[in-house]
Amino acid sequence: MSKAVVTDEKLPDLPPPSNTVGPVHWVKENLLSSPGNIALTIFAAWLIYMLVPGTLDWTIISAVWAGGADACRANPEAACWPFVWTKWEQFIYGFYPAESRWRVDFAMLLLVVGIAYLMIEKTPGKRYMGLFMLVIYPIIAWILLYGSVFGLEEVKTNKWGGFSLTLVIALTGIVFSLPIGVVLALGRRSNMPAIRSICVVFIEFWRGVPLISVLFMSSVMLPLFLPEGVSFNDLLRALIGVALFSAAYMAEVVRGGLQAIPKGQYEGADSLGLSYWQKMRLIILPQALKIVIPGIVNTFIGLFKDTTLVLIIGLLDLLGTVQAGIADPNWSIKSVPYTGYAFTALVFFICCYGMSLYSRKIEEKLHTGHKR
Amino acid sequence: MSEAAQKTSHMTDETVIKIANMNKWYGDFHVLKDINLDVKSGERIVICGPSGSGKSTMIRCINRLEEHQKGSIIVDGIELTNDLKHIDAIRREVGMCFQHFNLFPHLTILENCILAPIWVRKTPRKDAIETAMHFLERVKIPDQANKYPGQLSGGQQQRVAIARSLCMEPRIMLFDEPTSALDPEMISEVLDVMIDLADSGMTMLCVTHEMGFARKVADRVIFMDGGQVIEQNEPEEFFTNPQSERTKLFLSQILNH
Repeated sequence: MSKAVVTDEKLPDLPPPSNTVGPVHWVKENLLSSPGNIALTIFAAWLIYMLVPGTLDWTIISAVWAGGADACRANPEAACWPFVWTKWEQFIYGFYPAESRWRVDFAMLLLVVGIAYLMIEKTPGKRYMGLFMLVIYPIIAWILLYGSVFGLEEVKTNKWGGFSLTLVIALTGIVFSLPIGVVLALGRRSNMPAIRSICVVFIEFWRGVPLISVLFMSSVMLPLFLPEGVSFNDLLRALIGVALFSAAYMAEVVRGGLQAIPKGQYEGADSLGLSYWQKMRLIILPQALKIVIPGIVNTFIGLFKDTTLVLIIGLLDLLGTVQAGIADPNWSIKSVPYTGYAFTALVFFICCYGMSLYSRKIEEKLHTGHKR
Repeated sequence: MSEAAQKTSHMTDETVIKIANMNKWYGDFHVLKDINLDVKSGERIVICGPSGSGKSTMIRCINRLEEHQKGSIIVDGIELTNDLKHIDAIRREVGMCFQHFNLFPHLTILENCILAPIWVRKTPRKDAIETAMHFLERVKIPDQANKYPGQLSGGQQQRVAIARSLCMEPRIMLFDEPTSALDPEMISEVLDVMIDLADSGMTMLCVTHEMGFARKVADRVIFMDGGQVIEQNEPEEFFTNPQSERTKLFLSQILNH
């Protein structure tokens, strides 16, 4: 007689037990699973209770929404939003001449349209649009903002300011730091000692000094070394400083990605006869950059916030114009500085959180099911 | 004997790979000692040996994934030197399959196959797709062309890897333990493709422990140990009548279970 045990019948698929799904289970599992977790939940609830109602009251419920400085003076214990409404144009354009502000608006509109076009899925010709935004748009933006050609009146860069200046610096930094960073990262992993050393020295130098000293040196020390009469535009110096500074950070982020790519990918590409640059561009970088999207966006966000440091070389970015507004004697009210800084924080938060959300979306989109 | 008799040989007199007195070191460690090997066009060689014997390193020297320090390697009339032009020329003629497939996970199966023809051989995209579909059909997975490697089983991935190499229409194929990373039930589907390829007259060098495959298709079996070629012979002779003690021990270890 055979001793085989045979199951012929196919067992049906059953739903999971009811105590493992639903909101009650979620609360049990996530908030009250252990004594430590219960303590943390209580602490978090207390923190929310302490912070949220007061903040809401100050910024929204009791805040002054309309009127002028007098309305705020009457209620100095809550946010003074009329301050922001009144200074709105200054916050955005700085000292850009009022009659030419349409040029800033137009440049920003083009930017928003371009970025939206690139972000919306399945728009045709994305490649060309991307190329347009990277190559042609900066030229258009420069012509619009600086003028002095096509009958546009020249607006010197020391008149630029506010949020538009923040965008100019941040976007230039973002656009230049990534490619420079990629080249530096590849150079640092090069087999050629000369190239490797140059990249290492460059990266370590820029990473080793604070941005504030880079900016300070460029605006105060550099003119001393340059021959008389030769001068660089202040803004240009800040742009180069910010871009190179972030490029050094970017290089290390990208290098991390390059190191995470298995050796087999390099060998696979080599065995097919791809050249070094083909291998990097088609096989290694697309994978490496995808892995380090969080790090790249981290650097972008850092760069975006670091633009406020241009304040020390006399450029008035968003934070600078807000501070200038706070110093206005007409608005010397207790709540105005708080409101100004809260407003600045909110603008920066919206921009940075936006980048963060978008990067997560890209990560999901690029996921091709090979994460195991 | 009967099986060997049925085997159709595609071997010609033309030597496509000539390895002479080749030596290689990893730092101080002498991994390949005085390797001499001539491979005829159409010849099918199986290389076996214990791990660490240098068999993978040897075939990886043939397309310069590893650099040799002494001796010479001539592939298809081109000497392998530090000259990048020579290396690229040889890599165009030599296809390779790896133990871990090394497919490009960010590209679809079809894109994996057409990438090198388009960029290296400058084939028009349309022709490259046609060739790729032809080879994907040959390895019996044309319906997976638009999936990503991560969505395929190991056996399917290895077959794609073979198709990807074939798309470059190489004269020589190197296989570096192509079935070692596969689940047992997937080994035969890969071996079938390799047998089919062998029957078509491809020059093949396979590092493998699949002795059934060696018996079926190989013109010659090479046994390596300690960085040296210990013994080479026709498969029947090699398995039934091994000469060296080391070979006998190795065969008894892999065949007796």
